[in-house]
Amino acid sequence: MTAEMTVVEPTPAEAAATGILLRANRVTRRFGGLVAVRDVDLVIPQGSIISIIGPNGAGKTTFFNVIAGITDPTAGTVEFRGRALISRPRRTWLEPIGWFLPALTVLALALVVGAPSAGQVGIGLTGLIAIGLLVTTLVIAIVRPPWYQRLLAGAGIIRSARPNDVVMAGIGRTFQNIRLFQNMTVLENVLVGMHLQLRSNLVDHLVSSRRQATEEKDAVKRARDLLALVGLKGRDDELARNLPYGDQRRLELARALGNTPALLLLDEPTAGMNPRETADMTALIARLRRDLGVSVLLIEHDMRVVMGISDRITVLDGGERIAEGTPEEVRRNPRVIEAYLGKPPE
Amino acid sequence: MSEIREIERPVPAGRNAAGGRDLRSRIGEIRERAHAFSSRHRSTSVVIGLSLVAAILPLIVLLPPLSGFSSQPVWVNGFTIAGIYVLLALGLNIVVGLSGLLDLGYAAFFAIGSYSFAFAASPFTGVDVPFWPMLLIGAVLAAVFGILLGAPTLRLRGDYLAIVTLGFGEIVPIVFLNSSTYTEGPNGIGGISPPSLPSIAFTSADPWPWYITMIVLIAVSMIFIYRLQDSRLGRAWMAIREDELAAASNGVNTVTTKLLAFALGASTAGLAGVFSASKLTLVSPNLFRFDVSFTVLAMVVLGGMGNIWGVAVGAFVIFMIQNVVLKQLNILFDNIYVPILSDIDFLQYQFLLYGIALVAMMLLRPEGLFPNRRRRRELHADESTLGELGDPMGATPQ
Repeated sequence: MTAEMTVVEPTPAEAAATGILLRANRVTRRFGGLVAVRDVDLVIPQGSIISIIGPNGAGKTTFFNVIAGITDPTAGTVEFRGRALISRPRRTWLEPIGWFLPALTVLALALVVGAPSAGQVGIGLTGLIAIGLLVTTLVIAIVRPPWYQRLLAGAGIIRSARPNDVVMAGIGRTFQNIRLFQNMTVLENVLVGMHLQLRSNLVDHLVSSRRQATEEKDAVKRARDLLALVGLKGRDDELARNLPYGDQRRLELARALGNTPALLLLDEPTAGMNPRETADMTALIARLRRDLGVSVLLIEHDMRVVMGISDRITVLDGGERIAEGTPEEVRRNPRVIEAYLGKPPE
Repeated sequence: MSEIREIERPVPAGRNAAGGRDLRSRIGEIRERAHAFSSRHRSTSVVIGLSLVAAILPLIVLLPPLSGFSSQPVWVNGFTIAGIYVLLALGLNIVVGLSGLLDLGYAAFFAIGSYSFAFAASPFTGVDVPFWPMLLIGAVLAAVFGILLGAPTLRLRGDYLAIVTLGFGEIVPIVFLNSSTYTEGPNGIGGISPPSLPSIAFTSADPWPWYITMIVLIAVSMIFIYRLQDSRLGRAWMAIREDELAAASNGVNTVTTKLLAFALGASTAGLAGVFSASKLTLVSPNLFRFDVSFTVLAMVVLGGMGNIWGVAVGAFVIFMIQNVVLKQLNILFDNIYVPILSDIDFLQYQFLLYGIALVAMMLLRPEGLFPNRRRRRELHADESTLGELGDPMGATPQ
């Protein structure tokens, strides 16, 4: 019963040809009258580390949540590997009508054919078929198999991706306030992170199949590798909530890596860390790019981290992009200085 | 000694400290080993454990205090009915204990299972589908209704979910009550057929076939639920319980995962329903009122949410308290006159007693009577760290 969406992977040639992993086009998000993000563009080339900086309330996290599929944009689209992933939902109200169509069609057909004149049997049979169809369409709508998704897209009913669809497409994330599964062990946290890598289904679970056993064994091995990578070796059975703060951040990173993402969204990964931990985390992020080839989109307040690690920086202020460029360009940009330090006295 | 203290908090010191502690460490060791065995061979240990329990229970009731209450067949019959509640509690444990979705209308699925067998095998409809395939069909039907209930409630959590499920739990028996053309309304459907096996007769006079069937059903359910719990689906359930947004952001499809929890929980109730319809030979709407949902929920909470064995034992204990202890208290105080106590009908106050028990439990032992190890660690994390620092109460003699 694991009817997750399968995302069509572009061929490596395609990805290499464009060289662009993620492209956000004029993303806007309004909350009532407040425009949290306005017409923000962002391009993440393959294998790069891109940072978003800006004062508090600049719309960084909202923009992040749009990319992660948690909030839908009011306008604009996000393309990942050349495929539209997130856009403003359109004509979603048409979808429920589709749920009732098959059942209504059967009823109409029965009227035309003359089932009611066949008496009890005819009416009963029609009713049963109609109810059966209705239940089937509802279950399909809830489970949302890939073909149903394509059908919707074909009918012009656009629904943007859910968070788990985004993960499946190859984007992993961490949270500004750590959101671990506090009462699960370190290992279990990473295993949940690898959820989409595991293919065993309900039947495997129930009969405890060999396939599942080998898969679990491999998963545990890989999870341990990931834990070793972030520096949490040998702490498998500790509860996540009992880890010190810095280690919780590392664990969250390991969990996000579980689904082998091509792009990591890191929301203030060094928040609340001391200088030493910050340096470790920065080194870790750089190493992830080198060893695993992941691209990183970073929100960060610590300028030493941002300036040291980023290939390019986007500066947001009041929901708008006020600057974009290499760390050196951004550092010298007068608008950025103004946003951070206020207008210089005349 | 310190590692033992982590496993079991020290009981107040006895006089023969050395001997007592030796025994305690021995017991701790045995428990550790049993635990290691059971986590490696889940199914085997479930079968062994349940067979032991199933063999011992009918023997215990032959001993003096219990044998005085009623005869062995009556006891075994009671255990069989208790088994129905054990099944219900096991199923609700998937929804409440593992996935953290508070379901107050669980009796609805029990009703759907029961009525499906009543329709399939009674003189009322004139059909006679055999019992064994109906077990499966009843479970599947209940699962479908579980999905139908789950679908509109997917966005709800906590209190809101509880209210909606409560409504569903009320609607289902009322539908059965009011559509009297199809269900005989309040009278219910009677004369439901018993199961049939080539050489074994299921009659109301002989409780043994029922008892053994029940044990087998419980064993199968427990094995399946253990396997689910240890699978990636079980981890996804726990992740949703912990933090739904984080689970979704790690690729867990929260929609299907929650629906599966509802469906699998409901299917266990459907199983229990089919069995109970056949056992009682009667279904009527008032067998599935709110108090059933509440009782089962109390069983799950008191037994130790999330712990499969704990929930099963909790359900059994509560059922026995409800149906044996309270009744015996009444009889006892009828025979021996004690001023106020003799005027109380304890059965009438069972919900008051539940309430008190639940409140006391939440205050004194929030992890349940038989917690799973993890929850115990969660809830007593502070105390165990305190224990490592030294024994503040001086309970361990020097």
